[in-house]
Amino acid sequence: MARKLPKKDVVIVGFGWTGAIMANELTDEGLDVIAFERGPWRDAPTEFPPGYMQDELRYRVRHELFLRPDQLTFTFRNNMRQTALPIRSWGAFMPPNGVGGGGVHWNGEMWRFLPSDFVLKTHLTERYGAAFLPADMTIQDWGVTYDELEPHYDRFEYLCGTSGTAGNLRGKIQEGGNPFEGPRSRPYPTPAQPQPFSHTLFGKAARELGYKPFPQPSGNLSQAYTNPLGLRLGPCTYCGFCEWFGCSNYSKASPQTTILPYLIRKPNFTLRDKSEVIRINVDRSGQRATGVTYVDSSGEQWEQQADLVILSAYALFNVQLLLHSQIGQPYDPVTNTGVVGRNYTHQTISSVNGFFDSKKFNFNPFIGSGSIGMCVDEFNGDNFDHGPHGFVGGGYVGQVQTGARPIESTLVPPGTPKWGPEWKKAVRDNYLSTVKPGTGVHGSFYSYRDVYLDLDTTYKDRFGRPLMRITMDLKDNEIKQNKFLTDKFAEIIKAMGAEKLAVQYRTAPYDITTYQTTHLNGGAIMGTDPKTSVLNRYLQSWDVPNLFVMGASAFPQNPGYNPTLTVGALAYWSASAIRNQYLRKPGRLVDA
Amino acid sequence: MINLRRREFLAGTAVLLFTAATVRAATITGRLPWAPNAGNPPPQVRLGPWEFFSGDEGRAMDALADCIIPPDAETLGGKDAGCAVFVDRQLAGPYGQQEGLYLRPPFQAGAKNQGHQSEKGPAQSYREGLAALDRACRERYGKSFAELSGEDKIAVLTALEKGNLKLEGVDGASFFAQVVKDVQMGLFADPIYGGNRDMSGWKMIGYPGARYNYLDWVNRHNERFPLPPVGMTGNAQWSRS
Repeated sequence: MARKLPKKDVVIVGFGWTGAIMANELTDEGLDVIAFERGPWRDAPTEFPPGYMQDELRYRVRHELFLRPDQLTFTFRNNMRQTALPIRSWGAFMPPNGVGGGGVHWNGEMWRFLPSDFVLKTHLTERYGAAFLPADMTIQDWGVTYDELEPHYDRFEYLCGTSGTAGNLRGKIQEGGNPFEGPRSRPYPTPAQPQPFSHTLFGKAARELGYKPFPQPSGNLSQAYTNPLGLRLGPCTYCGFCEWFGCSNYSKASPQTTILPYLIRKPNFTLRDKSEVIRINVDRSGQRATGVTYVDSSGEQWEQQADLVILSAYALFNVQLLLHSQIGQPYDPVTNTGVVGRNYTHQTISSVNGFFDSKKFNFNPFIGSGSIGMCVDEFNGDNFDHGPHGFVGGGYVGQVQTGARPIESTLVPPGTPKWGPEWKKAVRDNYLSTVKPGTGVHGSFYSYRDVYLDLDTTYKDRFGRPLMRITMDLKDNEIKQNKFLTDKFAEIIKAMGAEKLAVQYRTAPYDITTYQTTHLNGGAIMGTDPKTSVLNRYLQSWDVPNLFVMGASAFPQNPGYNPTLTVGALAYWSASAIRNQYLRKPGRLVDA
Repeated sequence: MINLRRREFLAGTAVLLFTAATVRAATITGRLPWAPNAGNPPPQVRLGPWEFFSGDEGRAMDALADCIIPPDAETLGGKDAGCAVFVDRQLAGPYGQQEGLYLRPPFQAGAKNQGHQSEKGPAQSYREGLAALDRACRERYGKSFAELSGEDKIAVLTALEKGNLKLEGVDGASFFAQVVKDVQMGLFADPIYGGNRDMSGWKMIGYPGARYNYLDWVNRHNERFPLPPVGMTGNAQWSRS
């Protein structure tokens, strides 16, 4: 039996970005808040100091900062006819672990979604007609609009000190920024990062082709910055060890650098690390959460009661905890009923590597930051007429190379042998003059009736619970979208002066072994109808009103941008609804 | 109700020992936890005898390393760069035994895009793969792989890569692909792990190593970065007089 702990006002499950934001907001209301984090405490001086953080083998190849699949994993299959098998070693995505969550080892890309992304179904149906969408596509409007989220986007950008060039200031298009972005109420808090050679060259080539390139908005800062909580970040040093790595330099926005030192001083906040919540408890009515049960690192079970439960783990784990706690009706794709596990999505990623004449080009590609880059947004969302192309969605394309760590960045031109003297010579001749954009084509991934999450029937976790099962494949719409974007991207890389291109399209079947991004979304989506969403527009559970679920699990489908800024903005939006409405009158914020 | 099997639970979290300064769950309140020198730097690989490979396996690996990365006038070959030592120490460590990976049964064959589905970790794959390679060479040439002429070695590996040489009980092409990947990784990982000796891999490509600050260089376009590489333990020249 679990031992009971004294009741708290609020319990927070998972302590990454959204957990930290909610803890800070709700302690400001004077509430007594406790947060549980499955992984260990992490900080720069202990876990990733400048003396040994630059270790590609340890952090990138051997996944030092990530969850071990042994602790918890998922099963995967492409379709409902296949037998799902466990993901024994991470590949397509990297689930975070530890205090700060993905905010520790992310790249720091700070993208706002387009205004049309939030009303996607309505927008596309109005412009192209319902028949233009694939029959099995299950995209939805979010229930929240860009204008409603704008102040919260702004807040998270200023918390992080985001470096960028505004493209649309209160409706006025700005030179040098992204002309397609929604109106922003004020400029970025810090100017854009300077761009290394290849990124600059990409911008020039794109401009000459008629595009409007702009620097990628970045959570690695161009200059020192003091945020609204009084915490200071240092300027990025372009060390080239950002994604997969923690920042030793306090230059990357993370819960550790932007919230924690302020939050921890509050007497009404407590954090427990290495404590894994295994269930959200509900009372007999099934409509009220009473708290959570967690297991600490000695194997002891505890029950923490609370009036308000904030679920803020990584997207997949939010869905898994809802399924294990039997909150909300599990989704069934056959009958098309239920909601938990519905509209699961990823990101449609591809790239083009460019090989340049080493006598003319020296890119020093090891110089980079996590969100350095020059991008074009002409082919994102519905920024272009999809009518002639026969697909919907899109993405940004850009030279967003984050460095050139040598295990993964010693590329050779297509056709070179994989080993031996020719391989060796090609590596030597190409390392400094190769452009390797990584996630250079960053496309949307829309939702489908038979792409979903449920509980596996065979494989179990270490507590004996069923693993969660991922059923996912790439559909024609995304494959066409990717082909279109990748070809456009290749034209720009070619125009930079590349002699040889290695063009990699994203194709079916969806592959769980190759890294794409950690942008997994959906499964506990927000919306306007309890029949097709788990959460209302304030991220409040339709079924259990004292439960709020943060994170990208709330995205009804995934736009062509990195998710974190929207995840943070949604947390502030939800916190604001709790502070201004829920706490005054606890209960449903939207009538079901 | 969840029945927590304590032994299994402890097995599941043992991996935390590698990363966490304190293993027990802790309550953090009032101030940020911090202790001096609580970091966990990687231990430097000790040179000396093989830790995983037998003598025969080690000879085969050194020979493989030199085929994959042949020595030339400017740069060390895979053997002298320590690539086989790198692979040896990796196989002797957590990687060799799939530590931290999900190893619960049943093990079923699946599609390639569902990932590795075997109880066998890299250590066992190497053990079986190297033995099968030597057996195949003895059958064809009457010698182990390491004893073959340079030309014969290349012929064997080329046939292996193309699937024209079958190994007994082992998928030869995927085994060789794994060896290529691991040996090349040894050339480019930090020298602290036993390969990339003298930072030969980094010098070869012009990678300046575990540096930390390129602020002065981000705006200097198309200029060769002038400084030699450093590793996590510094540069050998710093400690040589």
